[in-house]
Amino acid sequence: MPVNSTHYLFLSLLLFSIGVMGTLMRRNAIIIFMCIELMLNAVNLLLVAFSKIYADADAQLFVFFIMVVAAAEVAVGLAIIVMMYRKVHSVDINILNRLKH
Amino acid sequence: MDIYDILFWGLSVMAVGCALGIILSRNPVNSVLFLILTFFAISGHYILMNAQFLAIVNIIVYAGAIMVLFLFVIMLMNLNADVEPQKGQLVQLAGVISGGVLFLVVLAAIKSARPEVIDKTSTDIGLISNLGKVLFTKYVLPFEISSVLFLSAMIGAIVIGKKEHPNEFTKADQ
Repeated sequence: MPVNSTHYLFLSLLLFSIGVMGTLMRRNAIIIFMCIELMLNAVNLLLVAFSKIYADADAQLFVFFIMVVAAAEVAVGLAIIVMMYRKVHSVDINILNRLKH
Repeated sequence: MDIYDILFWGLSVMAVGCALGIILSRNPVNSVLFLILTFFAISGHYILMNAQFLAIVNIIVYAGAIMVLFLFVIMLMNLNADVEPQKGQLVQLAGVISGGVLFLVVLAAIKSARPEVIDKTSTDIGLISNLGKVLFTKYVLPFEISSVLFLSAMIGAIVIGKKEHPNEFTKADQ
């Protein structure tokens, strides 16, 4: 069976689901960030696949903009994690429970 | 089964296996290394789909810049020891079930999608000249706005990460 669009949908969905599972399973804030990166990359992969199928360059430009947003998000997010580590000496997200009190 | 299919399956197995390695390894440094391998596999997919420029950008930006940032933070905090407290078994199981249910629901939705044939001949859509023309004509406004986004992210990161002035605490105490 030759590779078609369903294979790419399946692969992308699998990577996205692994990212969701990791986000829900882990307590380390940095690993949760990495799982978010994984989800963004799953979406990028699907965009490129459909850009190939429909011979359209627009989807590849959207991948650029997703990369821009991801880079900005990582810069701010890691700054927040570093600040949190400086305050409470841990990157355990359960410590952030105190935000609800 | 031609060379395209073989490469597709090889890269897919590598991507999914390394993605599982991210969420299953206990050491955060190993997670980062697995994530870099996943990015390389995805870059391989990009090359397979004639998006050569995106493949290079993916390696430079993600594997090169963002992952080095992650490694810096992990090593700065000395987190490479195996000290992460684990969530309870029940919470972990709930996470896996939630992800699995999401997977099944979307799988049921895409199962009936009409498969589109992939043209395996080489195209020049992903080359830098073609992408540059589209980026600087059709998408020139989002391009400029993204530069503002970067600037604000840079300033935000500096403001958040800045050390507080040590005298502030003493002033508050007095």
